[in-house]
Amino acid sequence: MTAALEAHALEFRYPDGRMALDGVELVVDRGHRVALLGPNGAGKTTLALHLNGILRGSGSVVIGGLELNDENLAEIRRRVGLVFQDANDQLFMPTVAEDVAFGPANLGIDGDLLDRRVEEALGRVDAMALAPRPPHHLSGGEKRSAAIATALAMEPQVLVLDEPTSGLDPQGRRELAETLRTLDVTMLVITHDLPFALALCEKSVIMDDGRVVAEGPTKEVLDNENLLRRHRLEMPFGFRAGSSPG
Amino acid sequence: MGAGHAHALYVHEHSLVHHLPPQVKVASAIAFVIIVATTPREDVWAFVAYGAAIGSVALFSRIELRFVLVRMLGILPFIAFASLLPFVASGEQVDVFGVAMSRSGLWAAWNVVAKASLGAATSIVLAATTEVPDILAGLNKLKVPALFTSIAGFMVRYLELMVEEIGRMRVAMASRGYDPRWIWQARPIAASTGALFIRSYERGERVYDAMLARGYTGEMPDLRRRDPSRRDWVVGSLLPASALIVALLARVIT
Ligand SMILES: Nc1ncnc2c1ncn2[C@@H]1O[C@H](COP(=O)(O)OP(=O)(O)OP(=O)(O)O)[C@@H](O)[C@H]1O
Ligand SMILES: [Mg+2]
Repeated sequence: MTAALEAHALEFRYPDGRMALDGVELVVDRGHRVALLGPNGAGKTTLALHLNGILRGSGSVVIGGLELNDENLAEIRRRVGLVFQDANDQLFMPTVAEDVAFGPANLGIDGDLLDRRVEEALGRVDAMALAPRPPHHLSGGEKRSAAIATALAMEPQVLVLDEPTSGLDPQGRRELAETLRTLDVTMLVITHDLPFALALCEKSVIMDDGRVVAEGPTKEVLDNENLLRRHRLEMPFGFRAGSSPG
Repeated sequence: MGAGHAHALYVHEHSLVHHLPPQVKVASAIAFVIIVATTPREDVWAFVAYGAAIGSVALFSRIELRFVLVRMLGILPFIAFASLLPFVASGEQVDVFGVAMSRSGLWAAWNVVAKASLGAATSIVLAATTEVPDILAGLNKLKVPALFTSIAGFMVRYLELMVEEIGRMRVAMASRGYDPRWIWQARPIAASTGALFIRSYERGERVYDAMLARGYTGEMPDLRRRDPSRRDWVVGSLLPASALIVALLARVIT
């Protein structure tokens, strides 16, 4: 079976010369949820922007067996739903419903089919009530749900979420984890919130300095205190990943 | 605060004008402005009638006149320029309160002020009753090339982002004890203009990336699928039609 998402030998340098990706190797199997951890500046957001061709470096990105190139950019963008770090960047239409409709409308869907897509996407994140509201009047948690719905409306094969818990209160995080768990889609979740990663993702990958430096079952990764410390990660005080001694 | 929302100029209301399909409103506004622009400046009362016409549209859309007038301050530079004309233009001189002014200069000044104010009032009423994505979709519908509408869309987007960033920076300054009440007191804001441009630019880039990620190809999808009915076009033609009657009457009378 082909993996949902693969990145091989991915290298990218920002125009100012900063090497943000330095040979990234990553495979996410279909139906899995994988946490992408790592310190500030590790290159996580840069990697996310490569997964649907917004940034293009050298190396290859393969989504569901299809290698990203100039010809299939549109198809890749349909397959990969990206939820941005700042929901304000993602929501730009006058109402949430129109924002959710934006993606599928770009795919040429219209009429009742479009309405159904919008309802369904909002329904999956339990946010039907937000449909008529202007996005700039929503709370942080509501914005996050709306932003996820805009990506789901494209019916992606892979959902990439960049720091979905930032700005959410503890209950909001728990609700978000519950919502994401109900979604039947492959997920790459970038986060600094280790308990959130543990609650949501079977597998974790650690990135540092433009490279993948460790991967494994989330429980094991988070139990490895030395590994975490080396990459400026730490569990909240008194929190333990698994039952095995650390 | 979301990026790129049309709320700076938009007045949330439910009126007949708000609910007209955007292409009807855009076409109506363009036709009206063309008639205004081509009316000879000597037909003074025609301009008064135009003013009354756009004023009634504003009232009908439940926009406060004050809202329109305050936003019309944007044409101040034109007025400043126009006020020089009577003094610099040559030709026959007339006495105004004991000051000698050029007759043709006075007419030229009146021409600029009258047409600029009416044009500005029209765009303000259009913007107050139509959200930006709708204006763009309306232009698309009227067969304006997508390239122009995307450029226009991004200009509006960056302007709004900049206004938003100014708001944010002002909050940041106020919370550290600096609260400029007037723009000319805002030396730190002026000093941080560079940062402001970069912040707005980068934010705009991220919004654009988010649009690309959802398959944006340069043309706003048309989400309000209501095609204009004959009645919509009739309602929309009221403004330009009455302007046309005024213009023709003015020709006949003078
Ligand atoms: N537009 C840019 N221009 C130049 N350098 C950039 C740009 N964006 C990011 N970088 C640099 O690239 C590196 C990787 O940044 P990236 O945003 O991918 O990190 P990240 O892992 O997402 O960090 P964080 O956890 O803080 O979000 C950083 O050193 C950053 O300074
Ligand atoms: Mg990041």
